[in-house]
Amino acid sequence: MKATKSILLVGVGGQGTILASKILSQGLLEAGYDVKMSEIHGMSQRGGAVSTHVRYGDKVYSPVIERAGADILVSFEQMEALRWLEYLKPTGKAVVNSLVWSPMPVLIGQAVYSDKILEEIQGKIDTVVLDAYGEAVKLGNPRALNILLLGATVKLMGLMDIDWMSIIAANVRPAFVEINQKAFARGMSLV
Amino acid sequence: MKVLLTGDEALARGAYEAGVTFASAYPGTPSTEILQNLTTYEGIFAEWAPNEKVALEAVIGASIAGARAVASMKHVGVNVAADPLFTFAYTGVNGGMVLISADEPGQHSSQNEQDNRYYAQSAKIPMLEPSDSQECIDMMKAAYEISEKFDTPVMVRITTRIAHSKSPVALSDRIEVPFKEYQKDPAKYLMVPLMSVKRRVILEERLKSLKDFTESTELNYIEKGGKIGVIASGMCVNFAKEIFGDTATYLKLGATYPLPDKLLDEFMSQVDKVYIIEENDPYLEHWVQRCGYECIGKDIIPPLGEMTPDVLRKAIFGQELEGLAYDKSLVAPRPPVLCAGCPHRGFFYELAKKKDTLVAGDIGCYTLGFAPPFNAMDYLICMGAAFSAGHGSQIALNAAGKDTRVVGVMGDSTFFHMGIPGLIEILYNESNTICVILDNRTTGMTGHQEHPGTGRNAYLKPAPEIDIEAVARSLGAKNVATVDPNDIKAVREVLNDAYSKNEPYVIITRWPCVLKPLSEGDYKEYGQDLFKKKYMVDTEDCIGCKACIRAGCPPISVMDKKANINTEMCMGCGVCAQICPKTAIKLVEEGM
Repeated sequence: MKATKSILLVGVGGQGTILASKILSQGLLEAGYDVKMSEIHGMSQRGGAVSTHVRYGDKVYSPVIERAGADILVSFEQMEALRWLEYLKPTGKAVVNSLVWSPMPVLIGQAVYSDKILEEIQGKIDTVVLDAYGEAVKLGNPRALNILLLGATVKLMGLMDIDWMSIIAANVRPAFVEINQKAFARGMSLV
Repeated sequence: MKVLLTGDEALARGAYEAGVTFASAYPGTPSTEILQNLTTYEGIFAEWAPNEKVALEAVIGASIAGARAVASMKHVGVNVAADPLFTFAYTGVNGGMVLISADEPGQHSSQNEQDNRYYAQSAKIPMLEPSDSQECIDMMKAAYEISEKFDTPVMVRITTRIAHSKSPVALSDRIEVPFKEYQKDPAKYLMVPLMSVKRRVILEERLKSLKDFTESTELNYIEKGGKIGVIASGMCVNFAKEIFGDTATYLKLGATYPLPDKLLDEFMSQVDKVYIIEENDPYLEHWVQRCGYECIGKDIIPPLGEMTPDVLRKAIFGQELEGLAYDKSLVAPRPPVLCAGCPHRGFFYELAKKKDTLVAGDIGCYTLGFAPPFNAMDYLICMGAAFSAGHGSQIALNAAGKDTRVVGVMGDSTFFHMGIPGLIEILYNESNTICVILDNRTTGMTGHQEHPGTGRNAYLKPAPEIDIEAVARSLGAKNVATVDPNDIKAVREVLNDAYSKNEPYVIITRWPCVLKPLSEGDYKEYGQDLFKKKYMVDTEDCIGCKACIRAGCPPISVMDKKANINTEMCMGCGVCAQICPKTAIKLVEEGM
């Protein structure tokens, strides 16, 4: 009996967390796991903080990851990693895109975007910081940062046996298959 | 081969497999994707109705005429549709009929947390509650069997975590169900009191047979484990299993109205003590108590929010998983905001400047006008209340001798949903309320569904477009103006004109949502360069006054005491460029 594993993907509405988790869940299903995935749509998508929960194992009950329940936290934005850090198991890992995306309270001067965030995360947990945005720009499309982060996540979770390239091909529009496959491979190579 | 489907996708699949031929809905989180998915299946006519009452009535009509039909809506939508629901329970069906109610414990995208299980109880119709996506498919099929066997509408009740969680399902072929023959039968379908008093008796008799059914159906069962008893339905079954595992024996309820008293007796004889795990109200708990049993429920389990495993662990065992301790003061809030390029920005920028104003809000993305930097909304109650509640506020303020003007703001889809009667109220009873329809050419908040004003139907095919301005004029509105909300001078002038007149005034702001899939018509009306322009800050001219920050636009920030626009995020609305007192914000020319 394999214990249930939990992957929490977080970011800012519009960053592509949902597509990344869709590909992740599909790969896990094809590998024979029971899989549950949960996300919240609606108002929070408008530039707000978003999260997608993916859980897999022999038998999964709750689709929701609880506080201190995630094996890995994948954050598409720096501050979002810290917002959700309490959802990580103390033995877990964090994958953090170093991108800074200032929320409205910061833009209008009612809050501050701290420059101590990465330091605070790295001091608390096994952390991989990636410039996923910069790497995706180098590959030719900044929007591929989600699949780049997915590549890193798959490697860290030891899920390399799954045929991710064909799952990417089946789940993105034809024009974007190649860039996303490249981004996935790049993400794997960075960790 | 199994596939991963969300609950919403699975409910649509279940309706398809059950031979449904007609579906009607109004968008509402978390129910929207049910109808969207129904448009992808052959053999089903699926449509967006202007509101939930109309959707349910259309589905009732289809059922009476002999079709298997489904209506889907969010929990508060059932309030709108409650009138036909209660009486259709009397008449019963011809073709099978299912109402899907998607409740929102936790209020992720809703204005309240009402418990719609009481609707089934109150309307006296059977209710099914699936626990995962496979059960969504299976229970839709079961619901149509029940509906036709017992001659009753059936409610399938889900919650957000069912609607928006994926789990594996096995797909089956569609059962082709022939249309039932329609036969004129006023005694069954024509609910004048003469007939309805007789149907009232049948309703009670039917409930007795339904009770026998829920006692014996495989939808309700005992799952043998330890001596702790757990009673749950829907997603709460999974949450409970996460913390109790096999230490508990479960009474897993799939059919939750009428409730199975004898099965409860059997279950209670097998366990030492029993926990009722349910979200929202103590619906199951009151049943267990009515049956004469002691149980542990809302005395320790929270009466509100989602009963996720962490909540249950804390409430039942007094335990919390030990997480990392860190400096949370470093985390700034990230509330949702109007998108870059959102057509509501220019309007709210100007409205926010108005003194002596009460803004009656409504349901949609534009509700975010309440937030900083605009702070331009006073209240929000429900779909369509901006005009009707605004009218009441205006009359009361006038009577109290105040000079305050009331501005009701609602979206285009909301106007068609329930805004038109509110506008009639204002015109007929002659209040000087200012009515604003923020027409962004789509149903924005729920993810861009078509509506009667968009010119396209649920299949994105051309459809007759109902002209909002013509509707307002036909109702007798004398002051009607349509403006481009990205032209803030035009917005200012029309607001000034409205404030100068002591009579009803209708303003329509018309510009597409930046996220909507654009149509040919959109490009024709707004130009081929729609959302392709970019603005930048000329740092030579920028004096660092931060006036542009008051646009509350995500790409605009202050760097090194000068304004900065992230051109990749900029969608070219130009509102900030009009705000800048030094014309330092400039259009990026081609090739720059």
